[in-house]
Amino acid sequence: MTNLGGSKMSQHKQIRIALNNCGVIDPENIKEYIARDGYLALGKCLTEMKPEDIIREIKDSGLRGRGGGGFPAGLKWEIAAKNQADQKYVVCNADEGDPGAFMDRSILEGDPHAVLEAMAICGYSMGATKGLIYIRAEYPLAIERLKIAIEQAREFGLLGKNLFGTDFEFDIEIRYGAGAFVCGEETALIHSMEGLRGEPTIKPPYPAESGYFGKPTNVNNVETYANVPIILRKGANWFNKIGTEKSKGTKVFALAGKIKNVGLVEVPMGTTLREVIYEIGGGIENDKKFKAVQTGGPSGGCLTEKHLDTPIDFDNLVQAGSMMGSGGMIVMDEDNCMVSVAKFYLEFTVEESCGKCSPCRIGNKRLYELLDRITQGKGEMEDLKRLRNMSNVIKDTSLCGLGQTSPNPVLSTLDNFYDEYVAHVVDKKCIAGQCKDLMTYFVIEENCVGCTACARVCPVGAITGEKKEVHYINPEICIKCGACEERCKFDAIIVK
Amino acid sequence: MTKIKTLADLERIKNEMRSDKDLNGSQDNSENAVRIKVGMGTSGIASGARDVMDFLTEALEKRNIEAVVSQTGDMGYSYAEPTIEVRKPGQKPVVFGYVDVKKADLIIEKYIKLGEEVEGIIPVNYQTIDD
Ligand SMILES: Cc1cc2nc3c(=O)[nH]c(=O)nc-3n(C[C@H](O)[C@H](O)[C@H](O)COP(=O)(O)O)c2cc1C
Ligand code: SF4
Ligand code: SF4
Ligand code: SF4
Repeated sequence: MTNLGGSKMSQHKQIRIALNNCGVIDPENIKEYIARDGYLALGKCLTEMKPEDIIREIKDSGLRGRGGGGFPAGLKWEIAAKNQADQKYVVCNADEGDPGAFMDRSILEGDPHAVLEAMAICGYSMGATKGLIYIRAEYPLAIERLKIAIEQAREFGLLGKNLFGTDFEFDIEIRYGAGAFVCGEETALIHSMEGLRGEPTIKPPYPAESGYFGKPTNVNNVETYANVPIILRKGANWFNKIGTEKSKGTKVFALAGKIKNVGLVEVPMGTTLREVIYEIGGGIENDKKFKAVQTGGPSGGCLTEKHLDTPIDFDNLVQAGSMMGSGGMIVMDEDNCMVSVAKFYLEFTVEESCGKCSPCRIGNKRLYELLDRITQGKGEMEDLKRLRNMSNVIKDTSLCGLGQTSPNPVLSTLDNFYDEYVAHVVDKKCIAGQCKDLMTYFVIEENCVGCTACARVCPVGAITGEKKEVHYINPEICIKCGACEERCKFDAIIVK
Repeated sequence: MTKIKTLADLERIKNEMRSDKDLNGSQDNSENAVRIKVGMGTSGIASGARDVMDFLTEALEKRNIEAVVSQTGDMGYSYAEPTIEVRKPGQKPVVFGYVDVKKADLIIEKYIKLGEEVEGIIPVNYQTIDD
């Protein structure tokens, strides 16, 4: 057999920490998790460590929240620990609303116990006995596996009372979300669990002070938790050697778009976009030209060629005009129109805005309308200024993170692809050939043999020409359906 | 099931599960079994992993090959789903992509029975926490 790996590990670009068990163990068998040192960290914490030691270890590890914001996890735990109350809560945010993202789903489907174990550890360190997992109802398999995992953990005495023979108790319940993007925002998430409308409220107070039913509540993302047992098993000093100065460990990304190897990757912080896209992702599909990479979902931005050698970490991505986000990474090629990309994200935001505050509710709608106009060839140069001004107002005046970040896709495309906007507005051209209204269908005279096939499929009779003679498309009549282009066997019809 | 009360209890289950660390805790610790894991995350199942798993379980039994077929989560190779990992006794595990029932049959007949190469191998491209 050929070399199948195993020996030359050091040259690999990926390190699987959060995905350590994912695709390795049977997620429905707790014993397989235990066989890979599962629940060892919880056992050690409960029998050998004080809560403050655990918090120090998490702080020393440098672990930052993987749900988008990048807040230091240890610090958050410490605040929740210091706030005294008769009841406190540990919440896992499994809302995962970014379009195209499936990192958290994969972790829950592949390694549910890691999240349960981490939540129990968090509970012990902050003095909480109740855990809640907020997951979207559209994740039936993840929910099923979580239920099985919780059941098995209870059976084995790893959730419930007197864990590891101590007087610490901890149990976990699942709460279901209807899949609204804004419910991933932690205050909205908490309100949704309380049975209220899933709308954000102003912070402070932060959940760590006043969260679920006003009690101190620690909210972390699925992937953040998945790192915890391993950090405690291997030590903060093992973990903080991986990554960059201010971003430790790894990040899981869901690679998608025009890339060969679509899938899940987990890379050390500091890996460059180029390494992820070309070395791990295999490069651009059909050997087309790379154009942009979108990170951070609807809150993020589009980065270009000049950012490819940027080492990925929380701060660098923000500096480059995007953000880490939860891990969606969508690669775009020359056929993607960047105005349309911005429009796509704004359409999503308009749909998902909870409507509580007007800058987000009305402003994003206006942004969308402007973008729509531009893609129809009806834009003016003045619109580009309007886009930028309005974006800045929405950012500054929205109540929650959704509105505060929603103009990012517009701003980053304006910054990096201004020419493309101008082409839409001034030349009424879409270079990528994506904006239907700006395209024209032509017959290339040299290629046309006059077979008449195109004229016969044209639904509006836009094509004329005698048999065996060059055909002609009347742009006034053509509705740009593309049928003729598809039908022509001689590559005589093109669209520009 | 008696509840786990101590670290020693945990250790006991762990040892029960893996006489060999690399077996990843399959309950059947026979040295001679071929071990197959089928990637059954949402994207694997959507691409037909369940049919592949059913086929493998049935075919290996019918063809008298000692094997343990189990499910696992997403291996990360969405572009090549369904994916399976095959570990022949005493050998390194090999991950195959694009495994439909036909390919699974080929893997049994060529790779498992004869040790011949079958197309679609996905090389290991990551480090683990133990490396
Ligand atoms: C509009 C919006 C959507 C969000 N969606 C998610 C989400 O789906 N999952 C998540 O973990 N965090 C999401 N967050 C971030 C959470 O508010 C919160 O910061 C996070 O769950 C904290 O966990 P972490 O520190 O472990 O990242 C969202 C924030 C905003 C503003
Ligand atoms: S910014 Fe948008 S999503 Fe957030 S509270 Fe205001 S309207 Fe709701
Ligand atoms: S189908 Fe193509 S070759 Fe035939 S008449 Fe139309 S353009 Fe010409
Ligand atoms: S694009 Fe459609 S409408 Fe236009 S000429 Fe071709 S077939 Fe006719």
